[in-house]
Amino acid sequence: MNRAGLRRTAGLLALAVVPVAVLAVFFVLPVVGMLGRGLWPGGSFDPSGALEVLTRERTARVLAFTLTTSAAGTAGSLLLGLPTAWVLHRLAVPGARLLRALLLVPFVLPTVVVGVAFRELLGEAGPLGFLGLDGTPVAVVLALVFFNVAVVVRAVGAAWESLDPRPAEAAAALGATPWQVWWTVTLPALRPAVVSAASVVFLFCATAFGVVLTLGGLRYATVETEIYLLTTSLLDLEGAAALSVLQLLVVAVLLGLAQRLRATADPRARRTSPRPRAVRRSDAPALVVTGLALLLAAVPIATLVLGSLRTADGYGLDNYLALQTRGSSGALAVPVTEALAVSLRTAVDATWMSVLLGLLVAVVVTQRSRGRLERTVRSGLDAFFMLPLGVSAVTLGFGLLVTLDSGLLDLRSSPLLVPVAQALVALPLVVRTLAPVLASVDPRQRQAAASLGAGPLRSLLVVDLPVVWKPLLAAAGFAFAVSLGEFGATAFLFREEAPTVPVVIVRLLGRPGEGNYGMALAAAVVLAAVTALVVLAVERLRVPSVGAF
Amino acid sequence: MLQVQGLSVAYDGVDAVVDVDLSVPAGEVLAVLGPSGCGKSTLLRAVAGLEPPRTGRVIADGEDVTGVPTHRRGFALMFQDGQLFGHLSVARNVGYPLRLRRRPAAEVAERVDELLRLVGLSGYADRLPSTLSGGEQQRVALARALAVRPRLLLLDEPLSALDAGLRERLAGDLRQILASAGTTAVLVTHDHEEAFAVADRMALLRAGRVVQTGKVADVWRAPADADAALFLGYARVLTGHPAYAVLAAGGLVDAPAVALRRSALRVAGPAEPTRLRGTVLTAAATPELARLQVDVEGIGRLDAVSPAEALPAPGSTVRLVVDPARLAPLPHAERRPA
Repeated sequence: MNRAGLRRTAGLLALAVVPVAVLAVFFVLPVVGMLGRGLWPGGSFDPSGALEVLTRERTARVLAFTLTTSAAGTAGSLLLGLPTAWVLHRLAVPGARLLRALLLVPFVLPTVVVGVAFRELLGEAGPLGFLGLDGTPVAVVLALVFFNVAVVVRAVGAAWESLDPRPAEAAAALGATPWQVWWTVTLPALRPAVVSAASVVFLFCATAFGVVLTLGGLRYATVETEIYLLTTSLLDLEGAAALSVLQLLVVAVLLGLAQRLRATADPRARRTSPRPRAVRRSDAPALVVTGLALLLAAVPIATLVLGSLRTADGYGLDNYLALQTRGSSGALAVPVTEALAVSLRTAVDATWMSVLLGLLVAVVVTQRSRGRLERTVRSGLDAFFMLPLGVSAVTLGFGLLVTLDSGLLDLRSSPLLVPVAQALVALPLVVRTLAPVLASVDPRQRQAAASLGAGPLRSLLVVDLPVVWKPLLAAAGFAFAVSLGEFGATAFLFREEAPTVPVVIVRLLGRPGEGNYGMALAAAVVLAAVTALVVLAVERLRVPSVGAF
Repeated sequence: MLQVQGLSVAYDGVDAVVDVDLSVPAGEVLAVLGPSGCGKSTLLRAVAGLEPPRTGRVIADGEDVTGVPTHRRGFALMFQDGQLFGHLSVARNVGYPLRLRRRPAAEVAERVDELLRLVGLSGYADRLPSTLSGGEQQRVALARALAVRPRLLLLDEPLSALDAGLRERLAGDLRQILASAGTTAVLVTHDHEEAFAVADRMALLRAGRVVQTGKVADVWRAPADADAALFLGYARVLTGHPAYAVLAAGGLVDAPAVALRRSALRVAGPAEPTRLRGTVLTAAATPELARLQVDVEGIGRLDAVSPAEALPAPGSTVRLVVDPARLAPLPHAERRPA
């Protein structure tokens, strides 16, 4: 390699060093530490305890339940999501933008809130209580679909929107019926987006924590909740480690698959955004499905709001007023309002961290590579930074708890630990929002700026900044929303005197008392409202890659 | 075969195609010629059923197909850039319309072979479209469009994405392939040479309206107005006295205006009688002839040609003769008659 090549690679590594170091200390180390506790009990390698867990009958049941609910959740998300993507991205539906934004709200709603909303909806006293779905796997699957429809609509819708309509027209002109056009032209063109959306949804379903914990209870556990149960209640670290390894393997395979199939359109290709087509009568089935998807998104939220307004004697704002208290029979260490302040402060910290890291990562992975070594390094880094997407937040949280208590890295009492963990959870989403935008900047624009006498900084200001500032803002909003709702890792790391709102909600749900339950619902509504506002603001920025993986 | 009656198409309330009447007899090729943005692609899409017309009818073989969806019209549409399906091989692209109609595999294979031979691409069956050149892709697209013997073939600028030499060669091939298949076709293009090379009849479209129709040679010889003439490749339009002087020099009857090709005036041989004289302003040699700009006495600046080997020097005086086959008298003096 010549000197210029060496310098390029050195520059690449210099940019990468901060995010790599952060990820190594706050992600790899804890996860490895957590696995080490299980596989090296008493200091020497002894996987027998861990292997024993895998042969337990309950483990097989947990695994089977995880796979079936994830598969069902994925199938349901696709069934609802594909027609909805078509309707909201290709048809001239009035208010399509607002509806797309509303569908995104469930995706960022705190998992705990979703769990509460579904229990409120399906519980004995709830409007759909007569279905008898409360505490059944169907409820879990419904909640998973509720969450993930937005992922399918986003990912596939974005691909669909920029899909050139002419091949489909060419097929129609050659005599293909609309159904034949879909099977022979449109679906093959969308397949990468569909498969990658499906694998990401499967991943989210398989690692879902808050929803399953609140809806499935002890009877229906997934691998993720089982890890939580084994570590916190049963203190069976070997079992937890074994399950973590198992989950990590499955996730790594899925991520690899998603990575391979992810639509990698040529960023320099001309994007055609065809004008939305007027609605025809033949679109009725798709419109009905879209209506169902919107209902599924709206009804649980509406039920939640209604429940929060219910008081001992009719309806009122009592539950909201009670948010200034610590709940009945001293359920909480601090009032909910203070927890909200903590949540907002934490989210601000997590946001700047993840955006800073995400921007560095996005710059590193999107610079055009010269030479094979550079390309290998880049794609390796790209995969590395996607890891937090797949590793169980519970594993991460617990790992941080057990590894960061030694000497140098005693950060357990630091107020920055929770934001750091949340920033890592949000990091893949930030990268996925920014990377396509940076990649879409034609490098010749920078070369043109350079040839006109602009230095590297100047050309960054002139060429990249105008393109990137909106996605950057959108990514920040998205990270903020994710941080507000994060529960899996936070559940381990929060400090008693500074809990976040999701933590408080779970705490309230765990304490008996009508007042506490009402307060939990009210807190959930407040959290959902803040999150929804942030997401709607982000949606106004109209960045297509937000929420598309 | 095809009749278009009073067809109008509007985008967002703005008319792109206005009250167009066309008719194409079976087996003929009609070229719709117009500058970009004149609505010719919209017209073609409306005929194909891809755009709903605001008013008017499309009639094929006496049957009104205006409300019939695209895939039931029995037409085939070939796009400017072919629109081959990238995930299918050449043979599967060509066989696509046959498989849609559930023809037996053996018949499909046979017909695909035949079509690839027709377009001169035998042996390309297993290639993917992305490995073909632009011209080869267009040939495959043509074979695919012809596969089910459509009653009408619609061609949207089929050659304009190609470079000049290839375009010329492929235009000849296209003409021959359409003739040997006996296909009725409508071709839209902005390139008058493409229209001449491929079509039997021509319709000039401007701002969404048809301004002239007729046999290609007739339209060419007698453009309807000055804009039509300029669009058909005439270099200059003269009116008033200069028009009269040029027409008289060519031995033609008087007309309000005349359109001249660049080669309408030629430097006269020593023995040729002529009425026109001028001073050479510029002279440029090309491999075949010399192109001059001459300040012609009593007329003004005009284009002229001379044999390449006798390049007159700028400033010299030349005598000029008019070639009546290379000019067209026009019925109106104003540029854009109402």
